[in-house]
Amino acid sequence: MDTNNHYDAIIIGAGPAGLTAGIYLSRARMKTLIVNEGTVGGQLVLTHEIANYPGVESISGYQLANIMKKQAKSFGCEIIGNVFVKNIDLSGEIKTVTLSDRSVITSDALILSPGGRSRTLNVEGENNFKGKGISYCATCDGDFFTGKEIVVVGGGNSALEEAVSLTKYANKVTIVHQFDHFQAFENAVDEARKNPKIHYIMESTITAFHGKENLESVDIKNLKSGEIYNFKTDGTFIFIGYLPNTEFLKDKVDLNKWGEIVVKNDMSTDIEGVYAAGDSTAKRYRQVTTAVGDGTVSALAASGYLNELKVKQKQLITI
Amino acid sequence: MLYTNLKHLESIADHNKAISENENVMVVCGRMGPMCIPVYGIAEELETEYRHVKFFDMEFDNPISEVIRTLPEVRGFMGIPFTIYYKNGKVVKATSSIQTKDQVKTILNKEFSVAVTV
Repeated sequence: MDTNNHYDAIIIGAGPAGLTAGIYLSRARMKTLIVNEGTVGGQLVLTHEIANYPGVESISGYQLANIMKKQAKSFGCEIIGNVFVKNIDLSGEIKTVTLSDRSVITSDALILSPGGRSRTLNVEGENNFKGKGISYCATCDGDFFTGKEIVVVGGGNSALEEAVSLTKYANKVTIVHQFDHFQAFENAVDEARKNPKIHYIMESTITAFHGKENLESVDIKNLKSGEIYNFKTDGTFIFIGYLPNTEFLKDKVDLNKWGEIVVKNDMSTDIEGVYAAGDSTAKRYRQVTTAVGDGTVSALAASGYLNELKVKQKQLITI
Repeated sequence: MLYTNLKHLESIADHNKAISENENVMVVCGRMGPMCIPVYGIAEELETEYRHVKFFDMEFDNPISEVIRTLPEVRGFMGIPFTIYYKNGKVVKATSSIQTKDQVKTILNKEFSVAVTV
């Protein structure tokens, strides 16, 4: 074991859950490393304004994440960003993580807080037209579609609310949804139904995107009849929910059928010394405050585990 | 206002100075939104690794972004950020919307090639 690369605790994911765990563990004098696949802050940095974080009247997610990062670092927590976990071995007492930059790091305790990401359709042409007609953010890219005809994919709150907001720019918005009803709250559905610019193609899904330089049309499949037809559009906005970033944990730790990490009250998993926190865990409410709470509990539980482990190791040396 | 740790280009003079005084320049032109923030974060991280490249941001909603919005290389772009790579003042690459760190590094390595220790 390379002691330079060995930590008391490794935290995977630097969203609010992971950063909070980092603050608590490093402040408890545990040698702590956070590794993070994307930008430090996770989904938090994408929130324009947070007005319900107790003690802070109003702050951007980006600023709040930067404060959390600074706090964690001030207590000695190391943070590596934009690397992903290539392999993880949780089978032994020492946990081993191999990163995309080929470095291998080990720890006695591990906290999994990889968060989630926007779900993509994963169909032909989707990658080619990202930024050239396909978007996942109405507030970012809506104005490029002024006077145009666009498609919105999805049937949840985000899809319907964003479809309404996109009517500020687009002449016509067609919602394509796989079911015959919407999962969104009633008020969101009502707002969309009242808007004359919004049209609907239900029980259907997009199977391909086409165009030369920019998106020009989509193939839509009617899920009832199986018929596929081409539909002209200037743009497509996709809002089909979130996926937990837990693919790398399959068969390593207990996941439910949605791929969420199953945790006990102390945020421990089915593997000794391995804890989980934040949006990737199986739970009902996903807020910055709940992520911070999860991160706190997981860090305190991991601290307890590490302290017990250290006592055991001392006893073994003295025998 | 962009709340990033990158140097901000706040006037056309700033922009022209940046690309004329530096051989290799990357400018991320966007808003504080979900497609842009990850790219600012990547640029911030790469600043120490790619010391031969100067990294800047520019606010998409500031009228000065016209210097980028009107570039022929961004014609057809419909997603922010518009990320522009300049070599000796000339545009050598432009991308639309969110990019991964690997995608950005591939461009930096190709367009601003200098052996980099990773």
